[in-house]
Amino acid sequence: MSQLALVIDLNVCVGCHACVTSCKEWNTSGVAGALSDDRPYGEQPTGTFFNRVQTFEVGEYPNTETVHFPKSCLHCEDPPCVPVCPTGASYKREEDGIVLVDYDKCIGCKYCSWACPYGAREIDEHQKVMKKCTLCVDRIYDQNLPEAERKPACVLACPTSARLFGDVHDPESVVSKAIREEGGYQLMPEWGTQPANHYLPRRKTRIQIHMDELVRADNPLKKEGPTVKPGLDEPSLDDVTSW
Amino acid sequence: MHPAFSVIFLTTLIGVGQGLFLAIYTGEVYGTLDLLPAQSHNFYVTGSMLALIFLVAGLVASFFHLGHPERAWRSASQWRTSWLSREVIVLPAVIGAILVYGLVHLLGLKLTLFGFNTGLDNDLSLILGSGGTLVTFLLFLCTGMIYACIKFLKEWASPLTVINYTLLGLASGFLLAAALAAILAPALVQFYVVWTIIITISGLVTRIASLVRNARLKPQSNLKTAIGIRHGKIQQRSQGQMGGSFNTREFFHGAPDWFFRNIKWVFLVLVFVVPVILISLAMGNSGFLILVVAFVTQYIGLIAERWFFFAQANHPQNLYYQTVG
Repeated sequence: MSQLALVIDLNVCVGCHACVTSCKEWNTSGVAGALSDDRPYGEQPTGTFFNRVQTFEVGEYPNTETVHFPKSCLHCEDPPCVPVCPTGASYKREEDGIVLVDYDKCIGCKYCSWACPYGAREIDEHQKVMKKCTLCVDRIYDQNLPEAERKPACVLACPTSARLFGDVHDPESVVSKAIREEGGYQLMPEWGTQPANHYLPRRKTRIQIHMDELVRADNPLKKEGPTVKPGLDEPSLDDVTSW
Repeated sequence: MHPAFSVIFLTTLIGVGQGLFLAIYTGEVYGTLDLLPAQSHNFYVTGSMLALIFLVAGLVASFFHLGHPERAWRSASQWRTSWLSREVIVLPAVIGAILVYGLVHLLGLKLTLFGFNTGLDNDLSLILGSGGTLVTFLLFLCTGMIYACIKFLKEWASPLTVINYTLLGLASGFLLAAALAAILAPALVQFYVVWTIIITISGLVTRIASLVRNARLKPQSNLKTAIGIRHGKIQQRSQGQMGGSFNTREFFHGAPDWFFRNIKWVFLVLVFVVPVILISLAMGNSGFLILVVAFVTQYIGLIAERWFFFAQANHPQNLYYQTVG
């Protein structure tokens, strides 16, 4: 069975909130009706969001790093919010592992939000039902969209490609490779919820250059004596075949 | 967690109703065994009525917790996995059982109705009452497990949660039964008062046990596991919003610190100390008024107890909502 998920690269995220706004825009325009958005330009603005970008400071000044941390529903493989729902409104889809809420069955008792350690669920104060990230289920299967656009709104919006989308059960998918090769990890592993969404850690990217690599050491023309260094406007040795 | 008064009233009111029914039925069983003087139907009917009033009031209070009360019927469907769903089934079962129990007493029905002659005056109500006792204890279990089954709310995830809900419900119910007996069945007052003291003191022991347990809890989650960055010093600079959200309203009690720190002394005095002193005074004489005062004091204390129960639970999601900025 496949399990769709997001992989979020904390090394790349710049904290621009584009995923937040595009998520809100897409999901407030859907068939489920508007997401609440009260006093957006007034005092104490509040509303329902499926996705938030938070900012953490790691380390002690001046040796600090700012980590921008996007947080949405993690679509756990063992979601604690699903079995507690008294009406069956909260469910996990067999076919793709997306955790969803049936807004027509939800009674708004908020018990599922208590049972989510990540705070991923937010009640809609106007519709009085629990809402959460749907992985844009109303868009990723839409045959009317070009295939490249059948991705969650947040993934498409990310200007730095910090968000990857795919099937974490398929070992060859882009997300599985990223998790495997870049040290992808889950949030709060201590509760055994097995979140499907993974995060890629901060990592230092350095290149190692030694002095002898700065000067060309090999001699492709097999000529004795020092090789001629081409002028700046001449083609380099690498382009020798194009002479 | 933010204490919701709908849930505070639900759990305390049905606790009184359940305890009262169990007290009445215990009195009837003792009466049948000739350990206590048997009472007229009137006492059992009035007791059942009073228990029903509390249970229905609790049920009504619970509807104020729902966003869509008109869909509440759906919540009986997931009894295989959800303790909340089980409570939704068992609560009406308790109400039904007590209603039938009261009606059997009101109409004086006996097993001869079905062709059996046991020679006992109250054989049918004894059988129905035992079924009522079973579902009543089941309801205590369901109510407690709703909270105890959430493993990462460590303040709740303990058998003590179920035990405290049961003992505190029983204590308030037996105390109300004592007050009722002071009018309708003076011979039973002593019995109920003694049991109220025993249960209240047991409840004090288990509630203090849970206070001690919770004071020693070490949170299993921290910012390191919450965002997955292994560093000793992590501080939140922004939670992604300026004006608060469901996450900041539902999971923080929002009361001033001094209030939170002192409320446990208030409920320990009101639920346990004051009622035990008052009903000890009432032991010699069957003082109705003093018992009612003791009951009201304890009930107010129970509201404070339940408020503290919710407020004390520290949800791991709060790690993500520490700083506005």
